[in-house]
Amino acid sequence: MMKKNKPKIKETPGKFEQPMPERNQGKYILRLYITGTTNRSIMAITNLKKICEEYLEGQYDLEVIDLYKNPNLAKGDQIIAAPTLIKKLPLPFRRIIGDMSNKEKVFLGLDLREVKEK
Amino acid sequence: MKKTSSKLAIKSLQKSPSGIQGFDEITGGGLPTGRPTLVCGGAGCGKTLFGMEFLVRGATQFNEPGIFMSFEETTEELTKNVASLGFDLEYLVKNKKIALDYVRIERSEIEETGEYDLEGLFIRLAYAIDNIGAKRVVLDTIESLFAGLPNQLILRAELRRLFRWLKEKGVTAVITGERGDETFTRQGLEEYVSDCVIMLDHRVTEQTSTRRLRVVKYRGSTHGTNEYPFLIDENGFSVLPITSLGLNHIVSNKRISSGIPLLDKMLEGKGYYRGSTVLVSGTAGVGKTSIAAHFAEAACKRGERVLYFCFEESPNQLIRNMLSIGIKLEPWVRKGLLQFQATRPTFYGLEMHLAVTHKIVNAFKPDIVIMDPINTFVASEKEFEVKTMVMRIVDFLKSEQITTLFTSLTSGNSTLEDSDAGISSLIDTWLLLRDIELSGERNRGLYVLKSRGMANSNQIREFILTDHGVKLREAYIGSSGGLTGSARVAQEALENAEVLTHKHEIERKKREIERKRKALESKIAALQADFDSEESEVVKLIKTEQDMIKRLEQDKMEMAVSRKAAKEKNATGNLKNHDKK
Repeated sequence: MMKKNKPKIKETPGKFEQPMPERNQGKYILRLYITGTTNRSIMAITNLKKICEEYLEGQYDLEVIDLYKNPNLAKGDQIIAAPTLIKKLPLPFRRIIGDMSNKEKVFLGLDLREVKEK
Repeated sequence: MKKTSSKLAIKSLQKSPSGIQGFDEITGGGLPTGRPTLVCGGAGCGKTLFGMEFLVRGATQFNEPGIFMSFEETTEELTKNVASLGFDLEYLVKNKKIALDYVRIERSEIEETGEYDLEGLFIRLAYAIDNIGAKRVVLDTIESLFAGLPNQLILRAELRRLFRWLKEKGVTAVITGERGDETFTRQGLEEYVSDCVIMLDHRVTEQTSTRRLRVVKYRGSTHGTNEYPFLIDENGFSVLPITSLGLNHIVSNKRISSGIPLLDKMLEGKGYYRGSTVLVSGTAGVGKTSIAAHFAEAACKRGERVLYFCFEESPNQLIRNMLSIGIKLEPWVRKGLLQFQATRPTFYGLEMHLAVTHKIVNAFKPDIVIMDPINTFVASEKEFEVKTMVMRIVDFLKSEQITTLFTSLTSGNSTLEDSDAGISSLIDTWLLLRDIELSGERNRGLYVLKSRGMANSNQIREFILTDHGVKLREAYIGSSGGLTGSARVAQEALENAEVLTHKHEIERKKREIERKRKALESKIAALQADFDSEESEVVKLIKTEQDMIKRLEQDKMEMAVSRKAAKEKNATGNLKNHDKK
């Protein structure tokens, strides 16, 4: 993604401001990796859903993947810990691990400070 | 019978051969099958390579596919790095013999938001294992997790679970870990992996580094406990199990020529024993290398293979120098019977030298090994270490039935026998070259200091370098000890003169007797002549006397006739008798 942005900026320096609001307005693309129906997995799903609905309503795209069912995906997304939430967009790329019980850390991971300030 | 054997099989620990040269000998078969092994050591000591070779050998030689999970290097980097060792990872990956998995952990990307586990890693590993039916797993270096994940409590619990899980999976695993200050690994992984711990070390002493391997622990198995030197080269890892050798070499009664006929004569006329260790020691410039070269040439002429380690000269220089005394080594090099191996002693540590020696000897399979000179090592290392190294080399070469010739340079100010005492006990035949200073000359002398198992000559012989090689002179022993050089020549001249005078004397005596004989003969001749003349005189006298008698007879007859006597008959008879006389 970074690579794609860079040439854009170079070509049209005037439009530099443009991607920023776009990014803020852009959708959150999230992917949550869980491991079956363990307590942590369920906790993570419920906690995350709560946060998303509260602060990112309509702005997010969440995909929940069960690693037990799709073990081949673990390698591609560099999953070690479970549960892991991957924030693909907006940048920067983040992995948020754990059961999402620490709300502030989740905000930190999702770059949601601005939203909070609003 | 079957029952007991199967029982035993269950009881004794199964081992998976690593395929790493020498390592399986130390451990008695390899790594414990189905159990994790911890390989620890400092940076750059070869942990990753150990793991990689374990996998590659497993995949290629023992048909055991493996997973390499790297926490430090990307798969591309890994592939490139091990390609230099001749491992074609791409090919193996393509054929599902090996799977590479790079686990990237970026601390800055991660946000911990509560309880978690490492199930992701487990799933990843399990998926990879099931995918290619892996029997071997390498985790390199799992401690990187500690840098990426802040919650140590969770991490430690998960690692414990991981190793247990690996055991349950029945895969033979190698886990690498960085060495800590006081513990084997920085994060104390040895707490979790306690079946087998291998320590790799990379030590620098006196500016030369040596890699060493030690099996710290091997649960349920005996193993060599020493530190074994190992090396990493274009063929991968090789460990040297040298000290495990005992003193039970096969002994040969065969003898081989030293290449110098008179030297052979000093050794019962047959030369060295095959498989024995020969030391040629002496001060600088006495011709140690020449003796070695003679031996090499003689061996090549017999069609034997010679491995020549030169630690001070380059092969080309040596060939040139030996040509000046008429030893042609180059043809043998071209024929492949003679191989030179030139390295500086300080180039790497003693163990490395040992390892290299091992490797080359195993590859070249020589009948004769020459090390020229052996004691340059002393400059770089302690004597004890040199001794152990030489002992290891001797042991190894003896067990291979290889005849070894070492040369050793003794420094001018120490006694000749003294400086080599360190290794003298290992030597079977010890030739000592010494310079003999006498009447303003420096000459070379050679004697056999000792030679086990043969009645060797006790003489000091003069040793001359000619353009036809080394010549040993028959010992010249005068009243004041052995003579050499011009003193010998002078003495020889003196004796030659003496012989000459004796010869002259004989001639003179012969002539004298001849003269005497001649004198005698002439005397005899004179006497004979005298006698002859006397005889003829006497005959004459007799004749006149007879004539007188005749005349008297005649006178008598005439008288009788005149007296008319009839005694004519008697007179004639008397005359006849006289004629006969």
